[in-house]
Amino acid sequence: MKLYDLAHSRAGDKGNRLNLSLIPYDPAHYALLAAQVTAERVLALFAHRGATGCVRHDLPLLHAFNFVVEDALEGGVNGALNLDGHGKTMSFRLLSLEVDCP
Amino acid sequence: MFRLGNASGFSGDRVDAPIPVMRDLVAGGTPAALFFETLGERTVALAQLERRRAPALGYEPMLERLIRPILRDAHDHAIPLLGNWGAANPPAGGLAVARVAMELGLPGLRIAVVEGDDVTGAVAGGQLPVHEADAGLDMGDWRLVAANAYIGAEAMVEALAQGAQVVVAGRTSDPALAIAPLMHHFGWRADDWAMLAVGAAAGHLLECGAQLTGGVFWDPGRKDVPDPANLGYPIAEVTADGGLVVTKPRGTGGLVDLRTVKEQLLYELHDPAAYVTPDVVLDITGCTLDQVGKDRVAVRGLRGHPRPESLKVTASFEGSWLGEGEVSVAGPNAAARARAMAEVLLERLRIRGLSITRARVDLIGVSSVHDADDGALWRSSAHEPPEVRVRLAVESASRDDADGAAREALAMLCCGPAGTGGARWRVTPRILTRSHLILRERVPTRVSIRTAKEMLA
Repeated sequence: MKLYDLAHSRAGDKGNRLNLSLIPYDPAHYALLAAQVTAERVLALFAHRGATGCVRHDLPLLHAFNFVVEDALEGGVNGALNLDGHGKTMSFRLLSLEVDCP
Repeated sequence: MFRLGNASGFSGDRVDAPIPVMRDLVAGGTPAALFFETLGERTVALAQLERRRAPALGYEPMLERLIRPILRDAHDHAIPLLGNWGAANPPAGGLAVARVAMELGLPGLRIAVVEGDDVTGAVAGGQLPVHEADAGLDMGDWRLVAANAYIGAEAMVEALAQGAQVVVAGRTSDPALAIAPLMHHFGWRADDWAMLAVGAAAGHLLECGAQLTGGVFWDPGRKDVPDPANLGYPIAEVTADGGLVVTKPRGTGGLVDLRTVKEQLLYELHDPAAYVTPDVVLDITGCTLDQVGKDRVAVRGLRGHPRPESLKVTASFEGSWLGEGEVSVAGPNAAARARAMAEVLLERLRIRGLSITRARVDLIGVSSVHDADDGALWRSSAHEPPEVRVRLAVESASRDDADGAAREALAMLCCGPAGTGGARWRVTPRILTRSHLILRERVPTRVSIRTAKEMLA
């Protein structure tokens, strides 16, 4: 199934750096997401745009994750030719990821 | 208890947002303040260009429209208004407030203008180190437009202490607009990191307006939000011991729940242990949330660390142009016609020999905003939508060449594939930004307070 069925997300930017929250609707799915939605998989979602790194910050008390993706915005709001230079729509690229939910 | 409202999350936000928030603050009867965040990373550069063109402008263009419906209540109920709506020209923003005050018969309204964030000279002199995130940026022949330091709450606290009813600032940090009225009301010291962390969290949660109350959240059938046409803007209720509850005005649309608060808490956040503001470093790794009532969420477990010695500076540069042109195709074989047109557009750029440093084609409907400049996603997509909008975007140091490229999309009206229509094209100046650091003692701020009548005398 798609991550979209288990979690929600919001994208933010600072310059050429993108951040994506990932929040399971059901806290019981936190461990499943921790195991499957790795920084490597998220970085791969932005490989076509030249992203150079991704760090995942885990927030177990909030049952949420924060991904910080470097160089994912083709220059960011000022530099990019992309219509969405902020990368605001990227939360839904993350939510398109396939996950296995037993 | 102190109630703090927000009525604007960016330059371009809903101009009727302040009315229900002010009504709720007045009805609450407790001490309160209302803040407006209208200055993005690039807004200040655009405002600087505007000021250069017209010296009496360069402040937030919607300022008068935002405050006119609420200024009388702010005055009568002693609810100060604070905003970074001075943008590149806080004194002119102050005059704009004074004119509205006179229209409303409030000549005694006390207006504070906060200046000092403009550090263009220091950046122009090459004296400031570049922020590590931008170390690889080479500005080449780009020309410096503006450089502004993100100042903290102190100058605004001073303004409030002197009785300011409206504070017009320029490049403040967003959370400082929330921290200032809280420091003033509760008498928090500038090194009370635990309390300032509460203020920073309130500011961070509120600074984007409706993003806390259902905006950038609603998703029909999945995350439904009541009445998104009338989203209520957020309110924070803060107690002297650092209690924080976020909510929204009664009788408005939207919602405040654990989902909306989590999304906004992590918005534009990098390391959750160190959200750096000029006033305090906020750590949310111990934060917990509780739904304590309908549209009421308590935020607990916030920690604060000492503020940084340096302030962040955003420097903006000009030096190139963005040319954009778009046309549509629809109906049978639309995707194939769009793909072929994309290749022809790129070929035309080569034939014309235009001085283009970067070009991109989007097939809107197949793939665009998630794509890369080289069209990696649409080139590998088999999607066949019934309509596609083809967009060409180029960067050029020459305005004429950017325009010439954009007009290649227009020319598709006669030269394009069958059934091509709906052309739009434009050329706009590009602004690039680079972050620097500056020691805070090199950014002296100034506060001047006068009544509306005195300002216009």
